[in-house]
Amino acid sequence: MIGLNALAAISIAYVLMLFVVAFIAERAARRGKTAWLSAPIIYTLSLSIYCTAWTFYGAVGSAARSGFEYLTIYLGPSLVLIGWWWVLRKLVRIGRSQRITSIADLISSRYGKSNLLGVGVTLLAVIGTTPYIALQLQSVTLSVEVFSDTQPSLNPEAPPTAFWVAVGLAIFTVIFGTRNLDANERHHGVVMAIAVEAIVKLAALLAVGAFVVWGISGGVGPMLERIDASALGEWQINEGRWAGLMLLSAAAFLCLPRMFQVMVVENDNDAQLRTAAWAFPLYMLLMSLFIIPIAVVGLDMMPPGSNPDLFVLTVPLAFGQDGLAVLSFLGGFSSATSMVIVAAIALSTMVSNHIVMPLWLRFRTDGASVSGDVRNVVLLSRRLSIAGVLALGYLYYKFSGGGEALSVIGLVSFTGVAQVLPALLGGIFWRGATRNGALTGLTVGFAVWIYTLYLPSFGPDTVLPATFFDNGPLGIGWLRPEALFGIEGMDPLMHAVFWSLSLNTVTFFGASLMSFPSPLERLQGAQFVNIGRAASRTRSWSGGAAQSEDLMVMAQRILGAPEAQALFLRETRKQGLTGILPDPTPEFLEVLERELSGSVGAATAHAMIGQIVGGLSVSVQDLMAVADETAQIMETSARLEAQSEELTRTARQLREANEKLTRLSVQKDAFLSQISHELRTPMTSIRAFSEILGDAEGIEAEDRIRYASIIHDEAVRLTRLLDDLLDLSVLENGQVSLNLRRAQLSELLDRAVASALQGEDRLRVRRDQASEAFWLHTDIDRLAQVCINLIANADKYCDAARPVLEIRVGQSEGRTVVDFIDNGSGVAAEQQDVIFEKFARVSEGEAGGAGLGLAICRQIMTRLGGDISYLPGQGGGAFRVVLPSDQALAAQ
Amino acid sequence: MAGHVLLIEDEPNIIEAIRFILSRDGWQVDTHSNGSDAVEAVQRKTPDVLILDVMLPGRSGFDILRELRDNPETAALPVLMLTARGQSKDRELAERAGVNRFMTKPFSNAEVLEAVRALGPAHQPE
Repeated sequence: MIGLNALAAISIAYVLMLFVVAFIAERAARRGKTAWLSAPIIYTLSLSIYCTAWTFYGAVGSAARSGFEYLTIYLGPSLVLIGWWWVLRKLVRIGRSQRITSIADLISSRYGKSNLLGVGVTLLAVIGTTPYIALQLQSVTLSVEVFSDTQPSLNPEAPPTAFWVAVGLAIFTVIFGTRNLDANERHHGVVMAIAVEAIVKLAALLAVGAFVVWGISGGVGPMLERIDASALGEWQINEGRWAGLMLLSAAAFLCLPRMFQVMVVENDNDAQLRTAAWAFPLYMLLMSLFIIPIAVVGLDMMPPGSNPDLFVLTVPLAFGQDGLAVLSFLGGFSSATSMVIVAAIALSTMVSNHIVMPLWLRFRTDGASVSGDVRNVVLLSRRLSIAGVLALGYLYYKFSGGGEALSVIGLVSFTGVAQVLPALLGGIFWRGATRNGALTGLTVGFAVWIYTLYLPSFGPDTVLPATFFDNGPLGIGWLRPEALFGIEGMDPLMHAVFWSLSLNTVTFFGASLMSFPSPLERLQGAQFVNIGRAASRTRSWSGGAAQSEDLMVMAQRILGAPEAQALFLRETRKQGLTGILPDPTPEFLEVLERELSGSVGAATAHAMIGQIVGGLSVSVQDLMAVADETAQIMETSARLEAQSEELTRTARQLREANEKLTRLSVQKDAFLSQISHELRTPMTSIRAFSEILGDAEGIEAEDRIRYASIIHDEAVRLTRLLDDLLDLSVLENGQVSLNLRRAQLSELLDRAVASALQGEDRLRVRRDQASEAFWLHTDIDRLAQVCINLIANADKYCDAARPVLEIRVGQSEGRTVVDFIDNGSGVAAEQQDVIFEKFARVSEGEAGGAGLGLAICRQIMTRLGGDISYLPGQGGGAFRVVLPSDQALAAQ
Repeated sequence: MAGHVLLIEDEPNIIEAIRFILSRDGWQVDTHSNGSDAVEAVQRKTPDVLILDVMLPGRSGFDILRELRDNPETAALPVLMLTARGQSKDRELAERAGVNRFMTKPFSNAEVLEAVRALGPAHQPE
């Protein structure tokens, strides 16, 4: 029999061999030679961590106790791989495209990056996996003890073995699981090592099986007879339990953190999954092939009371096959170590990412930007997490009594992690699934599991008192942990599975339907649920030329055709190719991304290339970054828009100024024409009659006198015109100085009437002297000028037979007004607007005015702070003078 | 020998001066002082020479001239145009409208007389 020291040496040598394998794989990966590391067969073998020491040793034990029931543990995953491979494919694609690092990360990402969910799933995983790790420690410890003592002790007090196994596993995991901090968390070394271990454990089990069948029983025929003869031959299927166990193992296959790690996180491409879908069920079939023969032979040959969980070891030992026993030990050892290592890596990633890092970042808001700093913290937190996970496993092992049958502990774990299933499947297939739904379902399922299975698994009187099981908490019968809601007589495991998963699922759907997802959650939900569509599009681009073509199309759209073509040509030449399409090598993609960044921003460029090159779909961070860039672009364009608006405004102002100048220029031309006409007309008469008088021949004396008087009149007219022009010019330029003094309105009007009528009595003027008896303080002469003009106009233009002008003083809108109303025909409506313009003469010529009078009046009234306007509807010509308000004083 | 002149002008003193000058030379002078019905006045009694002011009440002399030139009966009527506006573009406008002589006020009597004589019937056969 082999001694413990030899066994220890063999174990250490085996571990060293694994180190070498892992190291070589790591180095190859670092050099970029990942082709063989990503071989589908390696991936398939790495999935074998599903078969732990529980399977290796426990399956035989289970077969010895419950017949073929152990098959359910294999059938569940096989069903998933064969029948549900599309679920796995979706999971794997989501994992790759979203750079998912763990199942907690997946759930958290799907439900709007909820850290609360991340923490929840992490805790669930740690609590659920702890018994499992304890199980591995127990099996290794038991197997070691087989060699130290042919009568294996189940006493957990003694064994430093379990402790040292835990420590050893922790060291191995730390060294290989946290060597590097890969962006996508792939561990080529570890995967290669566990692939080797998968072969070792299969070989060991097949070897023991072959020995049992051919070495002991003498061939297949006698073996089958022996099985028929044994108690196992009469074993019957319990359908309910079978269905339940298959469901449970299928769920666990999807949800176990370590399975998620090898299946999703370490996955490289869809081909791996396609191979695994048939190869892994085959592997499990081989693993289960000899379970029954070993169990039957063990039950036959071993002394009564032997632990059937250890038949794989004890049977060869009993027949003196030391070498086979050591191989078998290594197989079990492999099963245990590979499971613990991957589980510890998976759990430490989750603990570190969802619990330690958020806390650290919260307390270290300052220096977190230094990447080296963060890297060290992450590595340290992972290492501590690994140690913590193994310590928990060890403690569970110590306190659970270490005496449970292996498979029972395993099923407790399975049920725990299966609680993630509704949130997981709902999350990737149902866009309506919400964070609240996931949280509620998980919490309910977790609580029910703890209450109905986990705590009872410690046994009565360990955590829960025995009375609790019999009578329920506080004597409430329907709350008994193993007979919830009064359902009795069910298998405790099935009872727990039924209640935890059904309540979990119901509350998950219920809460999802009742709650409303946040925008981020909705976005993530859409990405997760729709991953198949994006991925299938990506696949059609897998040909290198087609991909470059697409990149070209995109680049042309962004950079413009000439630049894009020049860039592609340059890169093609650099790659030493002909044609214009370069291979989409990483270097080329980097160059292209840099070029595109200049145009559309880094995040957008990254997302676009990612979309085309495939595999990588757009993550939320990418989208956020795109949104940020878009916001910046919008800001810039808003600024440009404001500038262009300003330019437009300036242009409009310039145009308006120009139009005004043009208008002024036209007005000036018209004015000059008018002045020219007004000056030349009298000058024409003067010149013509001067010439007539000059050659005095044939002119009557009478005519001569008349012609002389015409010359005189026209000269006077010219003078008056020049006076008016000068007056208007002075008034318009604002150069007039007002001569303010006090006078009574009546006095002012007396003077105006006298001056305008020059003693003639054609026009009668009617006034109300009493209303005019108040003082004014203004430029009296100017105001008088206005009045004279109005009275003279009435005298000139009033066409009544007996012309009468009425001067009325009154109030209008709080101002004192003086109205001049005659009894003539007045001013036609269409001319009322223009009579105040320069040279606007209403009547035809002979009255002799140049048409400047009213224009001058308006200028004067404006200067004085009053107003003058035509007053329509008075039956005759009517003008209203609004007196300057502050100068109009109250009557004496 | 002298003919018939129609003077369309609104300024009474100028009318009187031109009438005196032309009558003394033997011309028969009719006058009309409104622009709006000036064309009818011409058609009623087509003169040998038309003297036309530009700034008339109701209608501009340019308009009147254009209408006369559009009518075959008066298309060849000799027209002397007088204006007080004195801008160079007025001369262009007048020439484009088909004027025979264009004169800016104030004019010299001899000039007007010479122009009417030049346009008048006595000289046309030459």
